[in-house]
This record gives sequence, structure tokens and C-alpha cells, in this order.
Amino acid sequence: MLREAGRPRVDAVAKVTGRARYAADVHVAGQLEAGLLRSRRPHATVRSIDVAAARRLPGVHAVLTAAELGEMSWYDGQSSMLTDVARFTGDELAVVAAESHAIVDEALALLHVDDEPLGHVTDPFAALDPDAPLVHDGEQSNQLGDTDRYQRGDVDAALAVADVTVTATYTTPAQIHHALESHGAMAMWDGQMLTAYVSTQSIHDVRDGLAEALHLPVSRVRVITEHMGGGFGAKQVVWKPTVLAAVLATRTGRPVRLLLDRHGEALAAGHRNATRQTVRLGADADGRLVAIDADLLVGAGAYTVGGESSAVEGPYQYLYRCANVRTAKATVRTNHGPAVAFRAPGYVEGTFALESAIDELAVALAIDPIELRRRNLTNVDQVDDKPLSSPDALATCLRRAAETFGWDDGGDSDSDSDTDPGDNDAAARRRRGRGFAAHDWVGGKSHPPAFAHVALTPDGSVQVVTGTQDIGTGTRTVLAAVAADALGIDVERITVALGDTAHGLHAPVSAGSSTVPTMAPAVHAAAVEAHDALLDAAAEHLGVGVADVKWTGTTFHHPDGTAAELVDVLAAIEPRRIIGFGRAEDASADVSVRTFGAVCAEVVVDVDTGEITVVRVVCAPDCGRLINSLLAESQVIGGVTQGLGFALSEHEVIDHRLGIVLNANLEDYLVPTMADRCEIVHAAVNRPDEAANSLGNKGLGELPMIAVAPAIANAIYDAVGLRIRDLPITRRRLLDAVAAGATP
Amino acid sequence: MNASCNGYPDHVLVDVNGRVREVEVSDTDMLVDTLRERLGLTGVKQPCAMGNCGACTVRLDGATVYSCLVLTIECERATIATIEGLADGDHLDPVQSAFIAADALQCGFCTPGQILSVRAILDETPDATDEQLIHGLTGNLCRCGAYQHILDAARLASTRSLDEDGANDAA
Repeated sequence: MLREAGRPRVDAVAKVTGRARYAADVHVAGQLEAGLLRSRRPHATVRSIDVAAARRLPGVHAVLTAAELGEMSWYDGQSSMLTDVARFTGDELAVVAAESHAIVDEALALLHVDDEPLGHVTDPFAALDPDAPLVHDGEQSNQLGDTDRYQRGDVDAALAVADVTVTATYTTPAQIHHALESHGAMAMWDGQMLTAYVSTQSIHDVRDGLAEALHLPVSRVRVITEHMGGGFGAKQVVWKPTVLAAVLATRTGRPVRLLLDRHGEALAAGHRNATRQTVRLGADADGRLVAIDADLLVGAGAYTVGGESSAVEGPYQYLYRCANVRTAKATVRTNHGPAVAFRAPGYVEGTFALESAIDELAVALAIDPIELRRRNLTNVDQVDDKPLSSPDALATCLRRAAETFGWDDGGDSDSDSDTDPGDNDAAARRRRGRGFAAHDWVGGKSHPPAFAHVALTPDGSVQVVTGTQDIGTGTRTVLAAVAADALGIDVERITVALGDTAHGLHAPVSAGSSTVPTMAPAVHAAAVEAHDALLDAAAEHLGVGVADVKWTGTTFHHPDGTAAELVDVLAAIEPRRIIGFGRAEDASADVSVRTFGAVCAEVVVDVDTGEITVVRVVCAPDCGRLINSLLAESQVIGGVTQGLGFALSEHEVIDHRLGIVLNANLEDYLVPTMADRCEIVHAAVNRPDEAANSLGNKGLGELPMIAVAPAIANAIYDAVGLRIRDLPITRRRLLDAVAAGATP
Repeated sequence: MNASCNGYPDHVLVDVNGRVREVEVSDTDMLVDTLRERLGLTGVKQPCAMGNCGACTVRLDGATVYSCLVLTIECERATIATIEGLADGDHLDPVQSAFIAADALQCGFCTPGQILSVRAILDETPDATDEQLIHGLTGNLCRCGAYQHILDAARLASTRSLDEDGANDAA
């Protein structure tokens, strides 16, 4: 274990003093502001946009529409940067750059759009109806590509002989990322270099995307992300505002900042796909799964952006040992903004349905839900037919979650303390329950290539240089700790440079929980190389063999009593400098690296008011070797909190008749608040996965969210005997279920 | 106060973080924009512009306000405190130290607003209960979901931690 285990983050002082600089905070002399005109209609042909009045407004420097911009293909060729066919409410029609926000807003209000409405469909579950309007004219249907089918074994035969079967349909809503820092960029020309400060999870992908869109060599584009105010997957690709800021900077010759407002952020910057999942499970009398069948429908929105891969089918195929599995996934287009990856895309949705169905199976079989899962664990990746790199990880997660929660003791934290013992009515209507869910995840492994330098400077400080970015997860802190450990130097001496393509070291997008397993081994290797070179230099300076040198972190000692300080050794070798180089490792091709987790939840449900109180959540994620327990706990409480929102409050509300989103803001779209939080316990697993990489690291970012919603839904069933199969489980849905069912 | 031709003042005098500033203002300028764009105080964030998220929280004559809902021309002779003025040089306020110790943040975008809200609650009620802290912080959204650690930090910065431990760990 590293010595730096619970240390605060290295950029904490910058963040608590307001000095941390985000893309939205960059301001340079002569900078213009920009804003977008969005379609008010879900589907329309734009005949013309009258720009004359806006152009005449003092302070306006540019007004661009599809006509002025010219052809700039976007969304993989499905549309243009500025479009004359709007396919969702919020589709970008025009952009304005002006001296101030106020002038931008005034100019946007002066743009007159002459458009002709077309038929629309915004409900993904109605998109394949025979009379549904086509989102893209000329296509056969609203289905995107062929149905994605997977099969192993014979599902129908197995279901026919199963002792018990469960069949149910579940739905999950479009969930909006709503990072508090919106998408956007400040772009400027710095001599021959286009420089863009961007809120992004991938400086290199944005650099490459800008270069392609503006027909520049990548060597003339520099992308900087010092700090990023939340992304959760939505900022893993290059988005329109970044390219438009660069286009406007080029056309006006001025620095241009284009940030989405909250409305645009809600409509046109990605969301988790809505899904409908019909699941059939078959098991023998002992609870062993003999068949898993899932019919899946996924809403993609009007366009695909390339980062939306929503593997809803994944949990069905991988999580449990089962010889007969069939999945069929149809992805449909709607007149809605494009979907994009959101923290464990597909697995959050798929795990809700599968783990709810497994709970239904446990009830049908009268087997404890954790015991039922134990009977179905696998140590094999059954799709690629390879052993798992950590074959006992999920079993460990199950045990850690159950022990920490006290599952076998009944699991009630403090039975009935919330009710007044004198109030029998309150006691009768407030029901306590507990629920369990497990998950796996395709992410959490390394994504080479990625590189790192570790350089010692003459004053004894150390600079770690990488091309990754810190998206708020604590990458700087973790990489500093890894370097400090390998060098044997205090972490205070280490600075981490990242978030700037000018460093010239490639790193992948920060997504798929891949940053730590990719970057930590690279930095470690660089630091080890620097450490070894340093000891060689010290031995040379002391005139002894390197094996005799003892290094304390500040001083090199020789057994004969002589010693040299670090700075003396570094001065002695001048002008030579010590720089270690490292690269990311790939896991062995013989194993399948996956990550796992288990969640126990305790709830209290008031059957009169429909109020659901989550009392506590215990989360046991398998992320390999832990590097910083404090930051890991922060990831766990953050992921669980987003899971609470997905389970209980977050959903986009659309008027399907008008095709408009009714809650495209933070007033009506209910992200969890301080009042919604519950006690969250990180039941740390800390099980190094040596087959994943030499440090045994896997990623953690996405794991804590995945199994929260099913654990809560299962706890609600345990409390009131009602199975709610549609997320979010709002008061309204709970009360409807109470009314529809027998009095619970 | 100077008056422009439309009758509204075109400058206001404000005390920002202990420094008196004369700031040019138009009649529609919101305080968040004045602080960010005119005074360069970018620790004040502007995620929603409609008083939903609390990341633009500043203190106006001691009270916490959403600066995206306050007109700058209303602030003549007001005292405004932002996150940039909370620390005394390199000496952090105990609430800032507590946020670091409890790791009460991830991306950090909402953090300035959270810290000012905690500071204001504790100025009023140094031994605030959990219920008081939760009530007072519900107007500050954190999309990274750091609430549990934010609550831990608020407890740590309160005099309750003094009572329990004999010393305020965060100070």
C-alpha cells in the first residue's frame, strides 16, 4: 500500500480559494462572447433566417447560419454544424459573436427564422410505430442500423424446462448529465497556433477534431483543460461549441468564448439513453440460472456523436454464469438531442433491469437474494471465453457489502427509530426494507497508448508530465502519489503537469474508468527509471557501488558514513538531467479484465405519502489496488449520490405532442440535493488485480453508480411488497402502485 | 452615484473583499457578471443563471445571495464578500481547511459557493446541528455528489468538533 493513502488532493487549495481556473474562467483582452440560436421546433425545414437586423447591431462581429458557414459536416455526416433541417428542439441554427453577452442575446433575439414544421416523434417507445414520422427523411424506419443480436446456447429450450421463470418489462429514462460547468470553449489564435481552452475529458480527441474541422495540421492546434467542472461522460467527444468558437475566432480575428447556457446544456449536450427492457429469466429449483433472454430498446436521439456506446446488453451476457443467453437490442432515433455516454453507459440501465429481475426470481424461489447470486457467480468471461483477471472479485464484493451492511443480521441500521413509538399510525405506514444488487462493468482497464515523463529539477523538485486531464476525479493527486512512492520522495516536492496538448505526450480520453489503470503504471515506470538513474548518479558522486547507497528521500548515505544531499547530487551531474520515461501497459491477452461491485440499500417507505427515504447505502466496488482511500471514498459517495438521482428523481419530461422538453433547467430537473443524501459507506475491497497491470490498478469512477437503482428498487419491494419497474421511482409512481395493488 | 441619461446610475461604489471599488454598470448587469467579467473574480461561477444551483453564491452585507439574481445597480455602497476574500493571505479560513481535510469536493466548480454557505451558517450558528446545516446547504447543488463530505466538512468547521475533540481539527 502506498504511504500517501488518505492524503488530500494536491489541487485542493486552488479549488477552495476560487483560484482553480476552468475554461469558462479564461478571459483575455479583446475577447468576444458568442451564443447559439436553437430550433424552437422538434423537426422543421428552415427556409431562411433573416440576419440583417442582428448584423447591424453595434458590437456584433459575426452572425453565421448554415448558408454563411458553408458545408461543415457534423454528427458523422448525419447533419451540419449549423443546420437548415432541425431534427430536435435545440438543434443549432445560427451563432453570433459580439462584444458582450448582452449584445449576443440582443442579436439572437433579432434573428428571424422562417421555418416549416415537419412531423416529429420524441418518444423512443413510439419511434418504431408504423405511423411514426421519420427523423431522417429517406430512411426506411427510425431504427438505427440492424438489431444487435447475441446468442449462446438454446434459450427457448432452456426456458421450456426451467423450474421457475420470471418475465417483466422495465424502463429507464433519459438522464441528463448536468455538469455544473457547461460545455464550451474559449478559442484564440496565438500566432500560427489555434489555442483552445476547453471543458473536455479528452484534450487529444478535441485537438484532433478541431484540426480536422478547420483543415489544420494537429501541430497547429493546442487544447488546454486546466480544471473541468464535471463531465460524467458528456465531455468525452468534441462538441459543436468548441469548433464554432474556433471558427468564429478565425473569422473575426478575435478570441471568442462560446459556452452553452443551462438550457442548451440540457437539450443538446448529451444524455443517458432511455431504455425499455423486457427480461425473461429461467432457473432450476436451486436457483441456478438456465436462461437469460433480454429484448432491449434504446433511444439514441436524432444523431449519434460517437461516444454513446450504450451496452445495455452487457450485464445480461457477462454478470452471471448461464449457458443459454440471448439479447436483442434495437436502437432508435427520435427528434431529441443526441445521447452520449453517461457514467457506465448501458450498464447502469441494464443492471437496473437484470438485478430487479434477479430479485423477482429470489422472491419466487424464496432464496436469500445474495445467496441466489452466489450460486450464479462465474470466473469466466463467457462472451470471449477467457478467464477473468480477478475471478473471485465479485464474490469478494458480495461478502464485503453484506458484512458491512450487516445483511445476515437483518440489516436494519436502527429499527423504527424514525417513528414515534406512541404514534401507531405513523409506525404502520412507514415500512422499512433492504435491497441488494450486484454488477460488473466492461471498463476499469488500461487504454494504451499513453506516456509519462518524470523529471528532477536542480532544486530537488520533481515534475510529472503526462497528456491526460484531471476531470475532477483527482488524477493529479493520484499520479503525484504514484511518483512519490516510486521515487521515495515526499509528495510535496512533486508537481503534475497535465491537461495541455503542448506537452506532447499522448494520453487517451478520461472515460471508461481507464485513467488510473492507464496513467498510474506509466508514471510509475517513469518514476522508477528516474529513481534508478538518480541512485546511479549518487553512487558516482559518492564514489561507491550503487548497491551500497541508502536513499532517505532527501539524502544519500554510504555505509562508511559519508552522505550527499539530493540537490548536491543533482548539481554534480549538471548539465545532465534525470528524466525517466514510462508508457502505459496493456493487460495480458489471455485474460479478461473487468470490474465489479455490490450494493446494499436500506429504505423507509411511507405508503400514505409515497415518500421514500433512503437511510443508507453500502457500496463495495472492486477497483483493484486502492491508491488514495480518501479520494476513493469521494468517488463512491459521488457515484452513489448520482445513483440516488437516477433511482428516485431524475428524468427528462417531454411534451410528446409538442416535442419539447419541459424541464430543461436545474429548477424542474431534479438532481439530488443535500437534503436527498443518505449515509453512504464505502466497503473498500482493495484487491490488487496483478493481471490487469503491474500495479494491480483498475478504475473506480463509474462503478459506484451502477447497482444503486436496483438495490433501492429491491429495498422498496422488501418494504412494501410493490415492484416498481419504471425509473425514477417517484412518489407518484409509488402511490399509483399502492392504489393499483392490494393495500400493502 | 452617477446617473446616466436614462436615470439609472452608470457606476456603483461597492466594497468587494475589503476593497472599495467603483464599477461601471448598465441597468441590466447582474452581480455575477460584474464580479466575473469586470472584477475578474472568477471563483464566482455561473452555471444556471436562474437561481437554481448556488454556485454563484456570494455574501451581500453578510447574507448569502445568488449573485445571478442580484442586479449590480442594487449594490450601491454594499459590502460583498467572495471566495477570493475568505482566506487571510496564505492562512485559510477553517471552513476551507475543513473542505480540504474532508475532501468535500471533486471537480470543485460548486465549491466556492458551498464554502461561503457553510461560512454564513456557522457565522450565525457556530454549533449548527446537522439539520440546520442540511437545511442551509440545500440551495447549493453539487453534481459530483460530494454532499456527505461537505456535511462532514461543515461539522468539522463548527464548534461541535471543538466540543467533541477539545480542539478544532480544521483550524
